[in-house]
Amino acid sequence: MIHVEGLTRYYGGHAAIRGLSFEIQRGEVIGFLGLNGAGKTTTLKILGCVLLPTSGRAVVDGHDVVSHPHEVRQRIGFLPDTPPLYDEMGVGEFLAFVARLRGVPSREVSARVTEAEEKTGLRDVDDAPISSLSHGYRQRVGVAQALVHRPALLLLDEPGSGLDPRQMVEMRTLIQGLRGAEHTVLVSSHLLPEISQTCDRLLVIKDGELVAQGTEAELGQRLGSGGFIEVEVRGERERVLAALAGVGPVHVMGEAEGVVTLRVEAPADLRPGVARAVVGAGLELLRLDRGTEKLESLFLRLTRGGDEAAP
Amino acid sequence: MMRTMLIARRELAAWLRTFQGYIIIAMVLAVDGLLFNAFALGGVSKRSSEVLSLFFQFSSGTTMVASVFISMRLLAEERQAGTLLLLYSSPVKDHEIVLGKFLSALAFLALMTLATVFMPLLVMVHGKLSLGHIAAGYLGLLLLGSASLAIGTFGSALARNQVLAAVLSGCMLVALLTCWLLARITEQPLSDVFSALALWNQHFQPFQAGVVHVRDIVYYLSVTYVALFAATRVLEARRWR
Repeated sequence: MIHVEGLTRYYGGHAAIRGLSFEIQRGEVIGFLGLNGAGKTTTLKILGCVLLPTSGRAVVDGHDVVSHPHEVRQRIGFLPDTPPLYDEMGVGEFLAFVARLRGVPSREVSARVTEAEEKTGLRDVDDAPISSLSHGYRQRVGVAQALVHRPALLLLDEPGSGLDPRQMVEMRTLIQGLRGAEHTVLVSSHLLPEISQTCDRLLVIKDGELVAQGTEAELGQRLGSGGFIEVEVRGERERVLAALAGVGPVHVMGEAEGVVTLRVEAPADLRPGVARAVVGAGLELLRLDRGTEKLESLFLRLTRGGDEAAP
Repeated sequence: MMRTMLIARRELAAWLRTFQGYIIIAMVLAVDGLLFNAFALGGVSKRSSEVLSLFFQFSSGTTMVASVFISMRLLAEERQAGTLLLLYSSPVKDHEIVLGKFLSALAFLALMTLATVFMPLLVMVHGKLSLGHIAAGYLGLLLLGSASLAIGTFGSALARNQVLAAVLSGCMLVALLTCWLLARITEQPLSDVFSALALWNQHFQPFQAGVVHVRDIVYYLSVTYVALFAATRVLEARRWR
């Protein structure tokens, strides 16, 4: 659906993005992750045909964004970081305007507006002037305008920006609802839970360069911390450590009332081996959990250092 | 063309929904009415056609000033509010955006100009006037307004905010208006060129007197076309920034 190759954009002497290359398949929901100023918005604007790359190539659904922007614009729905809304219009009226602008046949406009309003939970404010809406509803109208013409590609730039926790959950549900539909979705954010829970795959960008891509688990594995096992064992600390020495690197997390809590670094699922080692040493196994590194710590590791990860 | 009309309809509806449009109409009517009473009707007794001619003269001034205020928001406001991205990311051509915006402004100006028609009608009721004179004067006002709005649209495409757009458009209009002064201090053939370029002096006065020349119509339409073409090129360049 999207093929990006060596995409570079300079603002004066400063490179906002540099040599960006990635592929996105049809139907995927992709999280575009990076700190502020990393180059997410620049990339989305180029894909949305509102910004010219300095060099490189971006192809959307077989059409180059520079040589065939009109064809690309027919296939995309773009929500910029500030939703582009006409405050004096009503919600339904605005969505009908956008649908017509993007080529929806007149006889289908009403149905498409209803469909977009239902997907984004705007039915009850169809007649309300946009100027009277709360920030959360304005964001929803922004998403609705991006999808009212059923585009093949949805580009959502920080859709959760400025939302309160309840609105965030609603926005997450909304984006999750787009999964499996006719859309491919590229959603940028620095709100990690939003990305973690809604996207199939992540693209992590730092200082204009792609530093990693893959699923959350893949990123963890690539960084050598794909998973760990937490174990609670009743017994003496030395005996417990000796029993688990052959399984993998072990860190003692705590010890209280004869119960030792440990963490075994384990990219693969080593729970059977850990269980056998503990029981085989005559110790009591109280708890055995497999965990993976949370997206937040992965994100911080990816965007902090310079040599920890490669695309 | 469908998208042009869509943009024009939305823009015109925005004019009619906000106070800004009504304030401009009210100001124009107030100033036109004041000048009409003080100068056209006042003073020594005049023939009806002279009163009408004076009315069109005052109205041409208010039309140009109003055009600056009407056109300053067309593109600069969208850029300020971020809504231009909606148009930029949609399958709309640059000339469709410019033409849609311009047509909405022209329609609004036409409504505003139509609202002044009671003044010539008053003269007509109390004196003797030719309908042709009234029609020629209003055609002149619309053509002058069209050229001024197109220049304003160009200024609005250039500027990052509405104030700057108004200043730029105002400067361009004054430059075109004062071409006749340059014509007076330059030698031929340059003086002929400046005289022909002047926005008001040579081209509006015939309309004001009830005379329609094709060359004046062609002049105003040419200024409109050139300014809109320039606005389109600016938008093309800005769309990708």
